Amino acid sequence: MTAVAAERVQAAPGRAERAADWPGDPTASDIVAGARWRSLGLTDLEFERIREGLGRVPTWTELGMFSVAWSEHCAYKHSREALRRLPTGGPRVVMGPGESAGVLAIGGGWAVAVRLESHNHPSYVEPYQGAATGVGGIVRDVLAAGARPVALLDSLRFGPPDGARSRYLFREVVAGIAGYGNAIGVPTVGGEVAFDPCYETNPLVNVMCVGWVRADRVARARADGPGNRVYLVGALTGRDGIHGAGLLASRTFRDGEGGEQRPRVQVGDPFTEKLLIEACLEALDTGAVVGIQDLGAAGITAAASELAARAGTGIDLDLDRVPCREPGMTPFERMLSESQERMMLVVQAGREAEVERVFRRWRLAAAPIGAVTDTGRLRVYAGGLLVADVPARLLADGAPRHPAPPPRRPSLPASPSGSLRGSAPAGEAVRGEGAEDLRRALGARLVGHLGSVHGGSRAWVYRQYDHMVGVRTVLPPGHDAAVLRLLPQEAVPGAPPGPPAEPAERPPMVAVTVNGAEWLARAGAGAWAVGAEAVLEGARKVAATGAVPVGITNGLNLGNPERPEVMQELADVVAGMGDACTGLGIPVTGGNVSLYNETVPEELAGAGAGGAGTRAVLPTAIVGMVGLLEGERPVPSVFQRAGDVVLVLGYPSFWQGEGPWPVDLEQERRAIAFVAEAGRRGLLASCHTAGRWGLGAALCEAALGAPEQAAGFDVTLPALTASAEALLFGAGGPVWVASVSPASLAALEALAAERGGIPVRAVGRVEPGRLRLAVEGLGVVLDEPSERLRSAWEDALEEAARP
Amino acid sequence: MRAARVGVITFPGTNCDRDVLHAINHAAGPEAALEAVPVWYEERDLSGIDAVVIPGGFSYGDYLRSGAIAALAPVMQAVRARAAEGMPVLGICNGFQILLEAGLLPGAMRRNRSLRFICRPVTVRVERVDTPFTLLYRRGEVLVLPIAHYEGNYFAWPEELEAIERRGQVALRYCGPGGEDAREQPRFNPNGAAGAIAGLTNPEGNVLGLMPHPERASEALLGSQDGVRIWLSLGRWLAERRGREPVAAARGDGRGG
Repeated sequence: MTAVAAERVQAAPGRAERAADWPGDPTASDIVAGARWRSLGLTDLEFERIREGLGRVPTWTELGMFSVAWSEHCAYKHSREALRRLPTGGPRVVMGPGESAGVLAIGGGWAVAVRLESHNHPSYVEPYQGAATGVGGIVRDVLAAGARPVALLDSLRFGPPDGARSRYLFREVVAGIAGYGNAIGVPTVGGEVAFDPCYETNPLVNVMCVGWVRADRVARARADGPGNRVYLVGALTGRDGIHGAGLLASRTFRDGEGGEQRPRVQVGDPFTEKLLIEACLEALDTGAVVGIQDLGAAGITAAASELAARAGTGIDLDLDRVPCREPGMTPFERMLSESQERMMLVVQAGREAEVERVFRRWRLAAAPIGAVTDTGRLRVYAGGLLVADVPARLLADGAPRHPAPPPRRPSLPASPSGSLRGSAPAGEAVRGEGAEDLRRALGARLVGHLGSVHGGSRAWVYRQYDHMVGVRTVLPPGHDAAVLRLLPQEAVPGAPPGPPAEPAERPPMVAVTVNGAEWLARAGAGAWAVGAEAVLEGARKVAATGAVPVGITNGLNLGNPERPEVMQELADVVAGMGDACTGLGIPVTGGNVSLYNETVPEELAGAGAGGAGTRAVLPTAIVGMVGLLEGERPVPSVFQRAGDVVLVLGYPSFWQGEGPWPVDLEQERRAIAFVAEAGRRGLLASCHTAGRWGLGAALCEAALGAPEQAAGFDVTLPALTASAEALLFGAGGPVWVASVSPASLAALEALAAERGGIPVRAVGRVEPGRLRLAVEGLGVVLDEPSERLRSAWEDALEEAARP
Repeated sequence: MRAARVGVITFPGTNCDRDVLHAINHAAGPEAALEAVPVWYEERDLSGIDAVVIPGGFSYGDYLRSGAIAALAPVMQAVRARAAEGMPVLGICNGFQILLEAGLLPGAMRRNRSLRFICRPVTVRVERVDTPFTLLYRRGEVLVLPIAHYEGNYFAWPEELEAIERRGQVALRYCGPGGEDAREQPRFNPNGAAGAIAGLTNPEGNVLGLMPHPERASEALLGSQDGVRIWLSLGRWLAERRGREPVAAARGDGRGG
């Protein structure tokens, strides 16, 4: 390697050098006189804190660095105190929150790395590139854990599709995810989409990535070892995305402001990302890389300061060595650029050539831009000047934090209102004309739901994603969770290509899903319920495939935290998530917080954010759940064989928005464990959660998504609750619609009895051709040919995206 | 006799190289008598390689045109020379597009009729069973194979298309679940391809382009095993030829022209 800037800059400690102004930048007196920090999004209090920490007025470059590193997006100023309350430990946790991705051991010497991140504001401004770069960013987070990215999932929220803008956002976000994800060869294996008016001007795009890594080779985002070299690798640095973290992601928009913000959104290059994935994994394989971090929000500033702060070291950077896309970029611009597809590597001194060779092979830039020091400071040189000299920890961790209010918890446990055991409350038999009207109304509501954007098939979305590349996708999208396997050659670390070798211990398959439950906030159940239900529903879904839940990652999406109500929602939703995880005995491995998801309508623009009439999102906690599947095959969510017995498993709550949301964490834990075990033992032919839209919709989905020979049923639901409406549409509780071969029914019932009497109720048969649903005491509410219902169900989302 | 060696080419942006290596080395099993090895796009020497697979993905990001830049990569000169000598060459998805751009197969690809990426299993009918890749299938057999592409809408001018049909160059054709011809029932044609062509050979039959991904349908665990006979056919074909001819002669000098 050639002489590095560091050699020049390492002479610096002796000199009592003071950071200098870059020619043309505002000077200290300009900054103070004009209160210039405000234009960068810093508050007066924050500026005072910076001045105190440095003992002087910062240079313009330094002020820019603080403004992004101390943005809400990077510094978690409003959320960190609440997040500290989450349970993060456990025997499987290899790496918890605080670095690139959470890492959980799965057995056989392997681990999965998971992380979920939002890209909401960029996706509102420029939906295709916003969503695409969201995918790119989360992939690099997983890569920074040393893991090969093997799956993506996405959780999307839009306004009702009767608005042209919402249809456009929906269509373009899906296209952006497809365009980027497909090209980098990481399958998009699952996700969810929901529509609510609160998202009309605040769409949410949360993307989760899953990666494989050998448990003993998890990479760290630390700049250890003074003297080691700091490399910037991947794409060139340009003027794109400057100030994305500060001025785009960390504030409330005025209505119609999107257009002005467009230049702050980065443009993705999936081809470079694909090369970067391969090159970084190959570089890590050399053993010469001691630390690695992705460059996302706040670019070089965040990567360098965090790498150093975690290790308690310092870093000297020479910006002259940053490969730039255009000439004349100032130090401020280089330090703040959010150009995509870049990583920062800390390479062992003396082994630079090994790493450089890898990047040459992949035709990617790998520039030695600095060195690790023992000064604890981030010192930045450009054109022979020291343009920034700040303590790395002050930059990475020094932002003032806001205290979190105590959470409001409902009194626990509330007992569910319905049970399938013993003498369930018998429904009042309804007869005569009233009965006919009721049957018709219920049937019409069910059919309407299946053809709506809420109940329609998600195939229009996931068929645009390559969900098979990698040949690991054992259970594809369209089921409660996606299930992935490790390939045999992956299970034999270091095995050369060629004839197969069997691994000593085959790792289990991994089930993953993402979901949120903000609909509970819409229904008045409060933010605690939103957090708890997101975890519980994720656990029920992975359990449906036969997997045991082992951990979550999460993404919180809320409004403006400068409003006390939002801070309270944040505290409550975190408490709900934490309580549910504690109840299930699983850790939170990390996550992301996106605040300021609110807009000020045009007519109120003068009044500022937070006033009456501001449109904020519902507290939206997205949970990415990871489960381990020890069985031979996962359990699908759709019926498989004609003649199988249709079952209702578990404890439905039949909640219809009245009274408190019923939760019994102990009952959840038992029911989830039972379903996972039944699946693992091969007792279930299919299993599908029914907690969100109720038993009626769950039955229909299990039939409409089924292969031809099993696409239908004849079911009579017993009158388990007083109202037929609640029976068909009531939500909540650990409850599944399952099917089982008649031969396995007895074994399933025996297992349910052994596991503490989990309710198992046979309600009918799988019969292809028709969906026939009756309610005991009321009669047939639905009797339709499968083919007819299926076309409305399949077309629902295509309609919602139509230009 | 050692297993025949299949070179699996990796261009920058290729995504399915590992999948094909897995399908041949693990899913097809010892019965195929094949050993798949990775081949880097800068390789100019294919000696010791008995057949080549150009896997799917987004070579060079699909920038310019799908497959256009990869068709000019060094390894393709060697592939072209060896293909002329009769070496089996299989291009899958982006690999098919590369074969078109390289002029090893006639025609071109347009964007799907829906103007969207499509990823799903489709049904295809086997039209030709005398190629190195299809000899273990039955003519008229209906297979379930996944597709995953944005540009799989095959195009050739009418005269060309007529010649393709006359010479029997269509290896696989999109069809309904009961084998219904997608030329007559366009709803079974997922992308609008001319002649409902899913797989196309050169007149000699040793170069095959496929839009469906057989490597994704080579194990029961992934939902279909209909693709595995592609590898088994190749293994059988190579074993028979290698039994008949001196190895060196079959391979030529191994240098690209």
